Amino acid sequence: MSERLTTNLKIRRGTPGDAEAYDVIEFEFEAGQSVLDALRWIRSNRDASLAVRYSCINANACKECVMRIDGRTGYACTTALKPGEMLIEPLPNKRLIRDLVTDTLPPDERLA
Amino acid sequence: MVQYLETDVLIIGSGGAGMYAAIAAADHGANVLLLDKSIVGRSGATIMAQMTVAAAVGEEEPDDWRFHLKDTIAAGRDLVDEPLAKILCQRAPEKIWQMEEWGVGWARSGNHLTQVHAPGHDRKRCVYVDFLNTGPATARTLRNQVRKFDNIRRVSDLIVTDLVLQDGRAAGAVALHLETGQAVTIAAKATVIATGGLTSMYNRNSASANMGGDGYALGLRAGAELIDMEFVQFFPIGHLAPRMTGMDPIMWDPFRYKLGGRLLNGKKEEFTQNYGAPEDGKYVVTRDAATYAIFKEVEAGRGSPHGGAWLSFEHIPEADLRAAFGPVIDKLANNGIDLTKMAIEVAPIAHYHMGGLRTDDSLATTLPHLFATGEAVGGANGANRLSGNAISETFVFGELAGRSAAALSHSAMPDIHHAAQPFLDIIAEASNRAGGGMTPTAAIASLQTIMAEDVGPFRTADGLRRALDNLAQLAATLPELPTGGAMAFNQQLADWFGLRNMLVVARTIATAALARTESRGAHQREDHPGLDQAWTYNQVVRLDGDDIRLFRSEVRRLAQEELA
Repeated sequence: MSERLTTNLKIRRGTPGDAEAYDVIEFEFEAGQSVLDALRWIRSNRDASLAVRYSCINANACKECVMRIDGRTGYACTTALKPGEMLIEPLPNKRLIRDLVTDTLPPDERLA
Repeated sequence: MVQYLETDVLIIGSGGAGMYAAIAAADHGANVLLLDKSIVGRSGATIMAQMTVAAAVGEEEPDDWRFHLKDTIAAGRDLVDEPLAKILCQRAPEKIWQMEEWGVGWARSGNHLTQVHAPGHDRKRCVYVDFLNTGPATARTLRNQVRKFDNIRRVSDLIVTDLVLQDGRAAGAVALHLETGQAVTIAAKATVIATGGLTSMYNRNSASANMGGDGYALGLRAGAELIDMEFVQFFPIGHLAPRMTGMDPIMWDPFRYKLGGRLLNGKKEEFTQNYGAPEDGKYVVTRDAATYAIFKEVEAGRGSPHGGAWLSFEHIPEADLRAAFGPVIDKLANNGIDLTKMAIEVAPIAHYHMGGLRTDDSLATTLPHLFATGEAVGGANGANRLSGNAISETFVFGELAGRSAAALSHSAMPDIHHAAQPFLDIIAEASNRAGGGMTPTAAIASLQTIMAEDVGPFRTADGLRRALDNLAQLAATLPELPTGGAMAFNQQLADWFGLRNMLVVARTIATAALARTESRGAHQREDHPGLDQAWTYNQVVRLDGDDIRLFRSEVRRLAQEELA
C-alpha cells in the first residue's frame, strides 16, 4: 500500500442568500486520488447534504464536476488531492444553486 | 405547487439510446420530452465508452449481418432472444453510416472505416473513434442532432420517481426536480425507458453515477415484466490501483491482448494456469476464466494489495509501449503510472447488464404504451454480451423505440391528475424527512457491498439467501432514512429514490440467480458448476404487491431459414 497523506478540504457551503460559510473536512488519501474522490467520500461518510454535481466519476467524459479548486477552474475528477489544505468553491461566474453546484445547464434545458 | 407537463413521447434517460429515440420520435412528427436525472446527453454509460461498436459494415473484409448474428447468439449461450438480436445485427450497419453522416468521425484507414477484431467475433467487425473516444464522440454527435429538432424539449435534473397508469396503460410519470425540490406531473401518450443498466449497484463498476437500475424499478412497480435479471457481465481486468482518473477503467483489455500484458498474483507469479487457463505467452485467457482465477487467487490470500491481480507490461520495450498506447501514455504519466517500471492492479468490475425490460419486436414492454431501449432492453444478448454490441444497441434500439412510441402520438392525451396523486404524496413525504441516522447515501454503499459479496459473478445458494436477507433488512429501514428535508439540489433525497429503486432491482437479481441452479455465461453458481441443458429458458420477473414472482419462458428463436 502506498503512503497515507492528509488534506483539509475547505469547502464553501450554502445557498445564494446565506452568509459566506466554509466547512473544513479532513480526508486521508493515497497519492493519485482526486478531489471528487474526497467529495464523494464526504457525502457517504460525513455529510450527505453536501451538494456536488458529477456523473461519470472517473472518465472526465461528462464534464459535470467543474468547480473552483484553489482559486482555479477545474474538474474535481481529474484534479489530484494534495496534502495540506485545499480550497473548494463553486464557479464564481455562474448562478449558485447550493454548495458546489452552480447553474451550468444550457438555458433551454432548465425546467422553466 | 406541482408543475404539469405533457408530451406525445416521454423519454426517461438521455444516453445514446434515449437521444437516438428522441431523434427518431421527433423525426416521425411526435412532440418529445427528453429527461435526464443529471445533464441531458452527458450522463449515463454511452459517454464513457472508450471502446468499439460492432456492425457488419464489411469495410475491412467482407461481412454479413448474419455472421454478426451468429456470433451474438453463440456468445449468449443459447439464451439470446433471436428476433431482437436479428434486429440489432441487421440494422447496425445503416446506423453506423447514419452516425458517419452526422459527423461522428469513425476511425479510417485510407478510403474505408477501420474495423478491429474484438473477442468473440469471427472477423474484423468493430468500428471506433480515435483515441479511446467512441463514447464522447457518439454523445456529442447525438446531442447536436437532438438540438436541431424544435419538437424535442430537453429537461435536465429531473428525476422520474414513478410511472403513472391510466386504464392499464403507461400514461406518464411523476418526477422530482433536483434543483428546486419541486414535484412535476408529466402526462404522456407513450413512455420510453432509456435509463441504462444497473452496474452502479456493485461497489466495483465501470458505470457512471446514474446506472442504478432506475428504469427496471419504474417498469416493475408499474406492472411491466423483466427478463434475464441474473445475468450481470463482469469485466475481468478493470482498473483497481493506483488511482487513475480521466480514463475508462476497462481500458487495459486491448493493450493486454496486443502487447501480452502479464496477469500476476500478489507474489508476482502467473496463476491462471492453476485454474486450467494457461497464458502460454498468448494472453487470450477468456473473460470468465480470468475473472474466476482472480477471484480464487484473492480468496486464497494471494491477491494484489488492493484485492485484485497485477497486470504487468514491464517486460515490453518502451518503444513498443509508446507505439501501442500512443497519446494514452501521457495520460498515464499524468496519473503517475510508468508501465516500464511498475505493474498496475486490476480486478473484475461490473460492466454491463444483459437482462432488462421484456419487450416484443417493436420494443413495447408488457405494459401497454411503455417501451424500452438501449441497455434497458432485456434479451438480445442472452447470458453474455458480445463485445461491441452495447453501442450498436443504443443506435438500433434507440431508433426503433422512438419510432414505435411515436406511432402512438395519435392517441388521446391521458388525464393523470388523479392517478398521479399517490406518487406525489410519496415525494412530499420523502422530502420532509429531516433528522439523523444512516443516510440513503451510506445505505447505497451498504447495498453495493451486499451485491459485490454475494451476488457477484460467482454465486452460491447460501450467499444468495444471505444477500436476500441483508437486502430485506436494508429495505426495512427505507421508510425512516433521513433525506435532509427541503433544500435546493438535495442529492440525499435523490439518493433515497435511487436506493428505493436499487432495493427492488437487487432482489430480482438475487431471486433469479438463486432459482437458476446451473452455471451459464455471466451467471456462475459455485454449487452448480456447468451448463444444464434443462435450464435453456429465460426467467421472467414480475412484481405482485411487494412480492417478486418468477417464471420460466421459452427462448424466442428464429426459424433456421432466417439464420441462413
